[in-house]
Amino acid sequence: MAATHPAHPPGFAHQFETVEQQRDAGHLGMWIFLATEILFFGGMFTAYTVYRSLHLQEFIRGSHELLVKFGATNTAVLICSSLTMALAIRSAQTGKSRGTVISWLLLTWVLGAAFLAIKLRYEWYRDWVEGLIPGVSWMGGGGHTPGVKMFMCFYFFMTGLHALHMVAGLGILTVLVVMTARKRFSPNYYAPLEISGLYWHFVDIVWIFLFPLLYLIGGRYPGS
Amino acid sequence: MSTEAPAEPAVNYLNASYGIKSWLLTLDHKRIGLLYLATITLMFVVGGLAATLMRLHLVEPQGALFEPETYNKMFSSHGIIMVFFFLIPSIPATLGNFCIPLMIGARDVAFPRLNLMSWYLFVTGCAFVLYDTISGGVDTGWTFYPPYSSLYAQSHVVAAALGIFIAGFSSILTGLNFIVTIHKMRAPGMTWFRLPLFIWALYATSLIFVLGTPVIAVTVFLLGLERLLHVGIFDPAVGGDPLLFQHMFWFYSHPAVYIMILPGMGVISELITAFSRKKIFGYSFVAFSSLSIAVISFIVWGHHMFVTGQALYAGLVFSVLSFLVAIPSAVKVFNWTATLYRGSISYEAPMLYALGFIGLFTIGGLTGLFLASLATDVHLNGTYFIVAHFHYIMVGGAVMAYLGGIHFWWPKICGRLYPDMWARISAAIIFIGFNLTFFPQFMLGYLGMPRRYAVYAPEFQVLNVLSSAGASILGIGYVIPLVYLIWSMRYGPIAGPNPWKAKGLEWTIPSPPPTENFEEIPIVTEDAYNYPAIEPHAYPDSQGVASV
Ligand SMILES: [Cu+2]
Repeated sequence: MAATHPAHPPGFAHQFETVEQQRDAGHLGMWIFLATEILFFGGMFTAYTVYRSLHLQEFIRGSHELLVKFGATNTAVLICSSLTMALAIRSAQTGKSRGTVISWLLLTWVLGAAFLAIKLRYEWYRDWVEGLIPGVSWMGGGGHTPGVKMFMCFYFFMTGLHALHMVAGLGILTVLVVMTARKRFSPNYYAPLEISGLYWHFVDIVWIFLFPLLYLIGGRYPGS
Repeated sequence: MSTEAPAEPAVNYLNASYGIKSWLLTLDHKRIGLLYLATITLMFVVGGLAATLMRLHLVEPQGALFEPETYNKMFSSHGIIMVFFFLIPSIPATLGNFCIPLMIGARDVAFPRLNLMSWYLFVTGCAFVLYDTISGGVDTGWTFYPPYSSLYAQSHVVAAALGIFIAGFSSILTGLNFIVTIHKMRAPGMTWFRLPLFIWALYATSLIFVLGTPVIAVTVFLLGLERLLHVGIFDPAVGGDPLLFQHMFWFYSHPAVYIMILPGMGVISELITAFSRKKIFGYSFVAFSSLSIAVISFIVWGHHMFVTGQALYAGLVFSVLSFLVAIPSAVKVFNWTATLYRGSISYEAPMLYALGFIGLFTIGGLTGLFLASLATDVHLNGTYFIVAHFHYIMVGGAVMAYLGGIHFWWPKICGRLYPDMWARISAAIIFIGFNLTFFPQFMLGYLGMPRRYAVYAPEFQVLNVLSSAGASILGIGYVIPLVYLIWSMRYGPIAGPNPWKAKGLEWTIPSPPPTENFEEIPIVTEDAYNYPAIEPHAYPDSQGVASV
């Protein structure tokens, strides 16, 4: 075995013959995983769309319960985090110092955490106080008809699942920071950064679909 | 393919390391395949026991053994375990894991850790479902239709749904691993059109794993939330739509039928060529029929909903699309039979299973056309005709192919031969028992006996007794291989690298293979199934060009 692969670069796995093969396999694997994820969220999007067309007025009233300003802030935060993630990969690719790579990664981490913090503190917490969480703290009566409740169900399923993906992303970023600090990456080998970047961008894109679907169409705007 | 490897390797994947830890933490695809083999055998036994009890119960019109509630739990457990925990992982996770790297000339799958993780996920799913069965079971049927499953069922629906959800991720990871492996790990010279057809079939299966499974995961997730939190998703009382559940359920569960049968078709292509010593007839047709089955399988789910209130025009479209699946399926059947034509056929046990498969799958497939026609489906829906139809596909097809594949690759897996006479006898017993069990069910269904009932009208008793008698013969047929295969692991004669004189990279290396599979990664220079032609002049179509 050792004779066939004279120089083992760091991170090279035994089942591969060449470094390129390993990198290609990693990329393809992540793309297929993302395809799976699209179908996973796609199932929810389908159910949401079907029910939205069945209960249009109630879904619109439901989206009036959401605060567009926080959704918009979070959208901006996530787009920035995609930029910093791309810059982290770029600096590894062009051989910038480990410090640079780590800074970009940490900045991405902070932005991701900020997203979750805003969601948790200013949106979910408020929903909890105001009795908008079906099955947990739900105040019936008034405008809170079954259709509104169903909208809120989907809102929590979809944003909750998205938030879980964000948490997983923060975990991955942490691992990447440690790997960078341990000098695992070089301009010749930074595949884990690239592959994790794909995942991070994907989670952002899911939000880009969630935001208009839940907040914007029929949503509550300042002054309206 | 040139040099004969030593007959019995001193160090192989089985004895390279010892102890329970070396198995539970193994990254070797061959060992992971065996872990799956042990797990799904256990699940098969549990699911089989449930079926045995059901058939015993149905010997008498008033039911011989259980209360109706218990009977409901029996058929639900049987369905859930057999579909999600035996049939779906059966060939891909055991034979696929074991064979793919060997057949394409790789040292392992692309992501060995992910492979092990998928086994652990699968075992976790199994644990939930076994807990569920022991603690009282589910009574919703394997389809979990709401609002019954979400509101009214008193049984352990959530544990079962969770088990399916977790096992689903094991399927996804396996499919992902296989796709990447087949794309990126092929040996030099192993072009797409030199791949064994088993690989093409598993590739198509993996596509369904990756694209279908997430939808069922989301569906049972929503169902579980509705049940746990008492929120309305599918509950019509609060504006939910139970039909949406059925659409989402069958969007996965119809393609899942092809998860079960496509790998079986792949195995059959290997067996038919090896035991008629001929190149497959129409290689690319068989290869592409696998892919087209996978694609078409995603657009026919509505044929399960003809009588549920789906729009009539949707029903028409789904009916026509369902007929389309018959085309690639028939292509395979015709190509296998054309391969047999003027082949040098021998009837070893794996070949008996393969021939049984072709006949039974054909019956199962043709009766599927009855059900895809709108008018006949109204009469046959919800009867034993459906039960018989899908058992011809899943047991007569998938399980026969699975057993054929196990018998074919067993000498490679453990390096030993099983007693051929016993294997042939049990293949015959299974064939007879299977037909006696399920053919009467076609008749029962046609006469109007509904499925899922614990009692039935007295005039159906004769056929029911016949079916139960067949089931006991079938049960014996399944126990015999279990005994002699385990026996052969220790006492069987040494197999040597290629006991069948078959083509394919896996037969060029020692049995059992060494941990790294190939001493040197092979370079492939010939097509799959390049068997030396018999009387080449006798072939009008020049299928078998003589090789060296
Ligand atoms: Cu179907």
